[in-house]
Amino acid sequence: MKRKIIFILCIFLTIFVFLSFFMGLDKDNVYKPIKIIDNKILNFKGDDLYSNKILDLNNIVDTKFILINIWASWCSPCRSEHKYILQLKKNQQLSIIGLNYKDKVQNAKNFILELGNPYDFIIKDKSGTISIELGAYGVPETFIVNTETKKVIYKYIGPIDKEIKSEIEKIIRS
Amino acid sequence: MLNQLGYYSLIFGLLFSVLAILQSIRPVVNKSNLISKNIYFSIFLQFLFVILSFTFLTSSFVTSDFSNLTVFNNSHTEKPLFYKISGVWGNHEGSLLLWLLVLTLFILIFVITSKKFDNKYRLLTIFFQEIIIFGFFLFIILTSNPFTYLYPVPSQGLGLNPILQDPALAIHPPILYIGYVGTSLVFSSALASTINKNINSGWAKHIKKWVLTSWIFLTIGIMLGSIWAYYELGWGGFWFWDPVENVSLMPWFCLTALIHTLLVLEKRNQLKNWSIILAISTFSLSMSGTFLVRSGILNSIHTFANDPARGLFILVFLFLLVVSAILIFFLYSKDENKNINWFSKDALIIINNWFMMYFLSVVFIGTVYPIFLEVLANEKISVGPPFYQKLIIPFLIPFLLTMILSTRLRWVKDNIYKINIKQISIFTLMSLLTIYFLNISDKNYLFASILISSSFFLFFNSLNDFLKKNIKLSQKISHLAFSCLILSILLNGIFSSEINTNMKEGDQINFEKKIIKFKTINFEKENNYKLLRGNFELVRPGKNILSFYPEIRVYDQPKISTSEADIKTDLFSDNFIVFSLLNDEGVFNVRYQNKPFMIWIWISSIVLAIGGFFAIVRK
Amino acid sequence: MKKLIKLILMISLTFLNPVLAKSNDEIANKISKNIRCLVCQGQSVYDSQSDFAISVRAVIEKKINDGSSEEEIYEYLKSKYGEWISYEPKLNKFTYLLWLLPLILFIFGGLLIFKKVFIRI
Repeated sequence: MKRKIIFILCIFLTIFVFLSFFMGLDKDNVYKPIKIIDNKILNFKGDDLYSNKILDLNNIVDTKFILINIWASWCSPCRSEHKYILQLKKNQQLSIIGLNYKDKVQNAKNFILELGNPYDFIIKDKSGTISIELGAYGVPETFIVNTETKKVIYKYIGPIDKEIKSEIEKIIRS
Repeated sequence: MLNQLGYYSLIFGLLFSVLAILQSIRPVVNKSNLISKNIYFSIFLQFLFVILSFTFLTSSFVTSDFSNLTVFNNSHTEKPLFYKISGVWGNHEGSLLLWLLVLTLFILIFVITSKKFDNKYRLLTIFFQEIIIFGFFLFIILTSNPFTYLYPVPSQGLGLNPILQDPALAIHPPILYIGYVGTSLVFSSALASTINKNINSGWAKHIKKWVLTSWIFLTIGIMLGSIWAYYELGWGGFWFWDPVENVSLMPWFCLTALIHTLLVLEKRNQLKNWSIILAISTFSLSMSGTFLVRSGILNSIHTFANDPARGLFILVFLFLLVVSAILIFFLYSKDENKNINWFSKDALIIINNWFMMYFLSVVFIGTVYPIFLEVLANEKISVGPPFYQKLIIPFLIPFLLTMILSTRLRWVKDNIYKINIKQISIFTLMSLLTIYFLNISDKNYLFASILISSSFFLFFNSLNDFLKKNIKLSQKISHLAFSCLILSILLNGIFSSEINTNMKEGDQINFEKKIIKFKTINFEKENNYKLLRGNFELVRPGKNILSFYPEIRVYDQPKISTSEADIKTDLFSDNFIVFSLLNDEGVFNVRYQNKPFMIWIWISSIVLAIGGFFAIVRK
Repeated sequence: MKKLIKLILMISLTFLNPVLAKSNDEIANKISKNIRCLVCQGQSVYDSQSDFAISVRAVIEKKINDGSSEEEIYEYLKSKYGEWISYEPKLNKFTYLLWLLPLILFIFGGLLIFKKVFIRI
């Protein structure tokens, strides 16, 4: 009798282990950060790309939403998303802040000259520490902050395309 | 041409494996238990066809025949010949073919060397082993055919990953696979002897050779992998508790436990069921290791190209094997009367097993728990070095102490007063003193110093054992090597020092009375990569100046950049410098490490394996 | 033998003393070894040379210089990136089993050995 119980337990344990493995096969092991939208109050300071003055996020914008876009001149997907950011600039409700990630100042300025400037302000992130404090992974990456609640309400990793652009517009309108 | 030949060889091999299955089970079913000449014939031909197929793949690699998809994906005309050949098993398809080669070779050796055993046991072992071989044939042919034809034929291949172009890594997989495959034979033999009811000291003696062979190869294989990680991957580390590393460690724990249990079985005819359970688990762990690595279910530095279909095949196959093993075990095994005195060599071996199983469970749970948690609760966690260190290190202390006792006790029963009470009391006193001193300072170092004391204690005891005549040479060697291994890992972990800093050409920094100078940087061009070679000097008080030439390489095919460390090794410590480009303005991230007793970790692992070798050769 | 053991104890004690004081660099290295590089395949921030890892190291150094404790830095990074970034899972309802199961198995195995295997004297 005891032997039978142990036997059944063994079989069940095996089935359980293999079933979990089986279900694990479908899971993606690349990290998906959608779940963590940081709900803490967000504020950061940094040097302006052009004037080198220290900018404080709290004091420079008065719109309801801020879009923070992390970019760099050496990042080729940033080129492809740039035109969508330019289109987003048309929204009155939105201030757009560029965070220039680990870039050379001259290259960054050339990039803007070439493709146009959608940003209200560009803040330099030479060491990459500001983007880590934002909870970012790399370039390009985009956050939307609600200035009334001081919370990150949207986050997207990767270059913005047409769909993402309209999604962002929907969020701003609501 | 070679493609077709290779593929049809595989098909023929598959047919002979089916034939061997039928030929081995028929005599058992009709109770004649006769081994016909034909079965030797099938097993031999099956091996021949696999070797042919392997030769065809190798020649495709050597001649850079890019009409073969595997060759196209993993080779390049400009690779050196050595890496063209190692490229055969440096990828998923080819490594499976190598696996199959070893499987068929092992069954051939088994058939030839097991003639003195009774026929039913041999037939059943062949039967189980051939089922595993059949599974692998199917797996290769259905999901990972290494002979996929590519048309139009490209003129150049995609190249072998430069990180994998390394001598240690070229021979690491075959050696590890021999270890894994050896466990499959132990598995088949254990099931066969369970059904045939011939689990006795004769069987223990016979299977011990296979267990030891797998163990030796596994030990060396794990060591080679970690040497590679040390100078190629890691920035000075040699064991990262990475899932793929853990997966090779799990069967090692199991095999180590099995080696010791078989001693009890051989001498005392006890622990039969436990030996069988260990034999089954060893193989299951090797196979689930393969599953975890090949299916891409784990997040690891070492993962192969992911393909869920492959994962599913191994999963189903493994599930069938494990379930039938459990069934056979419960149907045929008998309860046994155990009588083991708590104060004897036998008891210490059981305690050794107890600890081995604990270490195994820590590594197993740490490795698979994140998968389970994600599936069941959709929570993602990382289990890394701190987890393993916290759960394993405290248990090392009693483990090392029982190891010291092991050479001092006799089989069956011993007198408690024989133990040198003085020695034990000295050790206790020593530990208490250490606790007293270190309690005042830092709690973390409390463990460290007790651990170091216990491993020194074991080390000197094992050294002392060499003078004794009644202990087996293999045990003397392995136990000494093991204590040396633990000791060097601990000392290395505690006394390693490092500095991580940003430097420009011409800079120099002071670090622990040493001076590190960044003298020059040169740009050079090699055959298939460009490189930046730094020249560093390390000035140490009272010692000669060391020059280092670490490199940053940028490969052409495929485009990957790697940092090559320069390591200066001597008997007492390794000096290690590696650097990487931080930004365009000529600033480099430079890491200098001083790692004491590094070479002793490798030496003791090799000696550990040599100990196993002596156990096979000598009676 | 006895003398030897005493000697070893003395040596290990004297050796350990200088190690006790930890510099900022050492703390930073220790922390970065326990933090996963999220954009890499199974490497720690310490072992990786990706931009992400380099930035995280810079943040860790900055936080240490600002006087944050080790624990605070882990918590900070976890609040930004979630539990996945730490190599040492915190004990909570999801991880009780992870931490305790090996210990339970150890105790269970011990009981089994003493009850079933050993004969009484």
